Amino acid sequence: MSSAATPVQAAAAVPAGTVAMPEGGEAGGVGGAWSLVFHAFAENRLALAGVALIALIALFCFLGPLVYHTDQLHTNLFATNEAPSGAHPLGTDELGFDILGRLMVGGQSALEVGLAVALCATGIGVVYGTIAGYLGGLIDAVMMRIVDVILAIPTIFLFIFLATIFRPTLVLLILVLSSLSWLTTARLVRAEALALRPREFVEAVRLVGGRAPRIIGRHLVPNSIGTIVVNATFQVADAILVLAVLTFLGFALPPPAVTWGGMLSDGTNFLYDGYWWQVYPALVMIVLTVVAFNFVGDGLRDSLDVRLRRR
Amino acid sequence: MIGYIVRRLMLAIVVLLGVTVISFVLMNLVASGPQLALAIIGPKANPATIHAFILEYGLNHPLPVRYASFLWQLLHGNLGFSYRLNQSVDSIIAAELPKDVLLVGSAFVLAVFVAIPIGMTQAIRRNRAFDYTATGVSFVLYSMPSYALGLLLIAGLSVSTHILPPEAPQATTIGGIISDPAGLVLPVTTLTLINYALFSRYVRSSSLDTLANDYIRTARAKGLSTIFVVYRHVLRNSLIPVTTLIGLSFPAVITAGLVVEYLFNFPGLGLTYFNAAQNLDYPVELGITILIGVATVVGNLLADISYAILDPRVRYS
Repeated sequence: MSSAATPVQAAAAVPAGTVAMPEGGEAGGVGGAWSLVFHAFAENRLALAGVALIALIALFCFLGPLVYHTDQLHTNLFATNEAPSGAHPLGTDELGFDILGRLMVGGQSALEVGLAVALCATGIGVVYGTIAGYLGGLIDAVMMRIVDVILAIPTIFLFIFLATIFRPTLVLLILVLSSLSWLTTARLVRAEALALRPREFVEAVRLVGGRAPRIIGRHLVPNSIGTIVVNATFQVADAILVLAVLTFLGFALPPPAVTWGGMLSDGTNFLYDGYWWQVYPALVMIVLTVVAFNFVGDGLRDSLDVRLRRR
Repeated sequence: MIGYIVRRLMLAIVVLLGVTVISFVLMNLVASGPQLALAIIGPKANPATIHAFILEYGLNHPLPVRYASFLWQLLHGNLGFSYRLNQSVDSIIAAELPKDVLLVGSAFVLAVFVAIPIGMTQAIRRNRAFDYTATGVSFVLYSMPSYALGLLLIAGLSVSTHILPPEAPQATTIGGIISDPAGLVLPVTTLTLINYALFSRYVRSSSLDTLANDYIRTARAKGLSTIFVVYRHVLRNSLIPVTTLIGLSFPAVITAGLVVEYLFNFPGLGLTYFNAAQNLDYPVELGITILIGVATVVGNLLADISYAILDPRVRYS
């Protein structure tokens, strides 16, 4: 439907040609934006490793509790601060919770928040960015200055401020994190839309009577999909990190909720007692998850040849 | 060129005005009037003291009027008066800022000087053991919550081995802080490593781009030594985009600074902001937010302008 060689397709065709792939004379069998992303993906080992790691972590967090039963609701003061043993492979914390089981539950909120924030922020950013880029002119200038203004205040300061007003809940945290994370997406997507707008195929749609929603939804967004997907992947990683930092600064989900960041900062209180098992497992999980998402993002960026810089 | 700089300056002023509007409105919408007075004065509050507090801080005026008078005072260099600390925000910032320049500034400079040689070596020895190791290290540093790195350093160098103190110097003056260099080592190292992880990626990818240019091949073909080519051609050209990226990474650097200050209890602006937020001390929060907004906008501006100056190929009409 769109013209023969959009930038994303052309870019993907080049690596497909250079990599030694005997079957496939035509440039990568382009079936659409999503199959393009999929092909780019399969070629990149780092990205595949990242996906495998994410799948493992997700299995661990969501299926793990079905296999490894622990009580993460009731404290057990007869079994506090126990070192790793047969009964508790990773020991227990100050309230007697089993750390291995706690890692699983904590991972659920990390993944949920990370993915939800990336989805919401990408959604807002894509809509905002394409509208600004498509309309151009004064509206674009005003819309982008608003983005500049919010970007000029480091988000952690806004978070700390907002966190002193609201009592955190999972949904509220996701909303607040997304409302401050869509700015980079908006900027990147707007730049794409600006570059695509004068192209012939957009002109052609306009000539045959296509209106703005159609041009934006069917042409501008699909042609920017590389940038959007790559950026969304990095956003998952960033959101998981910000969640951990906020928890450490004291703006945490209230008690029944478990987060890796919370486990890490609780464990910190016992650093001097040598309870290493309360600190390192959660840290390792955070780093592994963030590294996995960054792998996927970096791999996709290389494959799709998306030019974007991280803040 | 001058026209470009002037245009960028005007934009910066618009953005700065926006920063004052957003932060002022946000922080005044949350709490104002009697509830705020009650929260600040505490259990001894009575109608008279509440009324006095409201009058003293001009909270009885409508929001636009308060913003106008805030802006007017701001243009005269007056950021207001703290609700809690019995000090003007100006004097708080004047006391704290030098300490931050010391901590954040030294970590920033150190990170740049570590990241450039390592990042360039990575690019030159691309896909060899050194590159993989360095990429792996910066990847892990980058993927760690910023405080966790400090925690690891504290665990390794203070708790287990007692080599360094786990807390930053607690002196109130900058002279006192400098006279206790041992306490500065861990906070500065933590912040340097966090910034290094960010910068080395820029340096590596920028050097890779430069190395792919024809003039590098020409220089090598002429028989110039690797060191000469790297120093005269690769270094200079790859630093141009790096300058911009580093200028743009200002908010990230300040964010890391806040977390490190909190972790090591370093008495700087970040910790002051944090405590002000806990105590509903909005004038202090507002003052620091605006200061950081200014720093960010100026950082971006300098990054853009330096790009135009450093790279003679870039022409702005």
